[in-house]
Amino acid sequence: MKYVDEYRDGKLARALAKKIALAARPDKSYRFMEFCGGHTHAIARYGLEDLLPENIRLIHGPGCPVCVLPIGRMDDAIKLAQRPGITLCTYADLMRVPGSDGMSLIKAKAAGADVRMVYSTLDALRIAQEEPQRQVVFFAIGFETTTPPTAMALIDAQKLGLKNFFAFCNHVLTPAAIQALVGSPEAAASVPIDGFVGPAHVSTVIGTKPYHAFAENYRKAVVIAGFEPLDVMQAILMLVRQINEGRHEVENEYIRAVTVDGNRKAQDFVARVFEVRDTFEWRGLGQVPFSALQLREEFAAFDAEKVFDIHTVAAKDNPACECGEILRGVKKPVDCKLFGTLCTPETPMGSCMVSSEGSCAAHWTYGRFRDSAPKQRQAS
Amino acid sequence: MCLAIPVQVTELLEGDMARVTLDGVTKIVSLALVEDVHPGDYVILHVGYALNKLDPEEAAKTLALLADAGAAA
Repeated sequence: MKYVDEYRDGKLARALAKKIALAARPDKSYRFMEFCGGHTHAIARYGLEDLLPENIRLIHGPGCPVCVLPIGRMDDAIKLAQRPGITLCTYADLMRVPGSDGMSLIKAKAAGADVRMVYSTLDALRIAQEEPQRQVVFFAIGFETTTPPTAMALIDAQKLGLKNFFAFCNHVLTPAAIQALVGSPEAAASVPIDGFVGPAHVSTVIGTKPYHAFAENYRKAVVIAGFEPLDVMQAILMLVRQINEGRHEVENEYIRAVTVDGNRKAQDFVARVFEVRDTFEWRGLGQVPFSALQLREEFAAFDAEKVFDIHTVAAKDNPACECGEILRGVKKPVDCKLFGTLCTPETPMGSCMVSSEGSCAAHWTYGRFRDSAPKQRQAS
Repeated sequence: MCLAIPVQVTELLEGDMARVTLDGVTKIVSLALVEDVHPGDYVILHVGYALNKLDPEEAAKTLALLADAGAAA
């Protein structure tokens, strides 16, 4: 696959690992958070942590929209799907996420609810057109990458005059979340982070600009990186150099797809349809001000929250589940009592295990054998 | 969830749509979010929409940088 295989070359990865080992000062420790689930997945799948020296620690961040969706919103979606006449269209990622009482969309579907997995908002729109007798609700979730396709679908629905298409909006904003991670004194004290591996595809849409204020105000290094293993390794090298040189800048490793301004056209569509919410609950982070989107008044007729009168009731996580702490980087998956015992990808208890991009699922799939094996260093 | 893959546009279709290919798999996707895309271009595909055009020159620069690391090792 062009533009993919070249960035997975093992020899180059080992060469980069040597460079990183040479650049990392033995008297320093480096703590970098990769914000995105896509990076977490690449790091686990390609065993990148094994290629890094001991004094570089990667902290897995909350950038997986499935993982940070609070249970209350999952409950809302399940209840919506159970209403007669409603067809709930959702990305596959959400099908198995447990709501309250172990209920999930897939269980609701098994019990007769009309839940349909879609690849794209285009499919949800088509269903609404083909089945005018159904009230089709799209379960909209995701960061800036996934928001423009929802905006397009709503603009198209308006153009087409569809009366049976709605969005249940849970779109969230990356810069607000990163700020929440380092902005409060408690957060800064609990998880010291020296720099961030910045989002890949979120940045294709928003560009590199939105990170500048953050890097300056909080004096954190940011390197935007692609999702392939060599992209991540190169970004880590760039972060190490920034720390060594006392810099805290926004650098862009993913220049083949990310520009300073991002995708202006997509941004305009999003701005036409959505506005920022005053506050939104994130699993693991709690209420984060100005961190999510809602439909503008002009699109109220398509807003499932208004049309179906949804009032989210906050629901509690399983008390033993450490997803919240894991999402903030305070704990590792193995620190959770449920990890690998009650909670596995087959029977997930928490969101970090449900989504394949969650830290727990990544560690279960690729990393758990390393815990018992003596560490092998390939970089030397 | 933000996973997106580079695919090559093979044919422009009506209504801002296009046929794309990835290792022999073809799919019809929307170009509504991008501008100035032509057959032969690579785009980043996410949930049925092209999010951006890939810049072949910048991609070559990154590869050259990575190759440098290989040569220096």
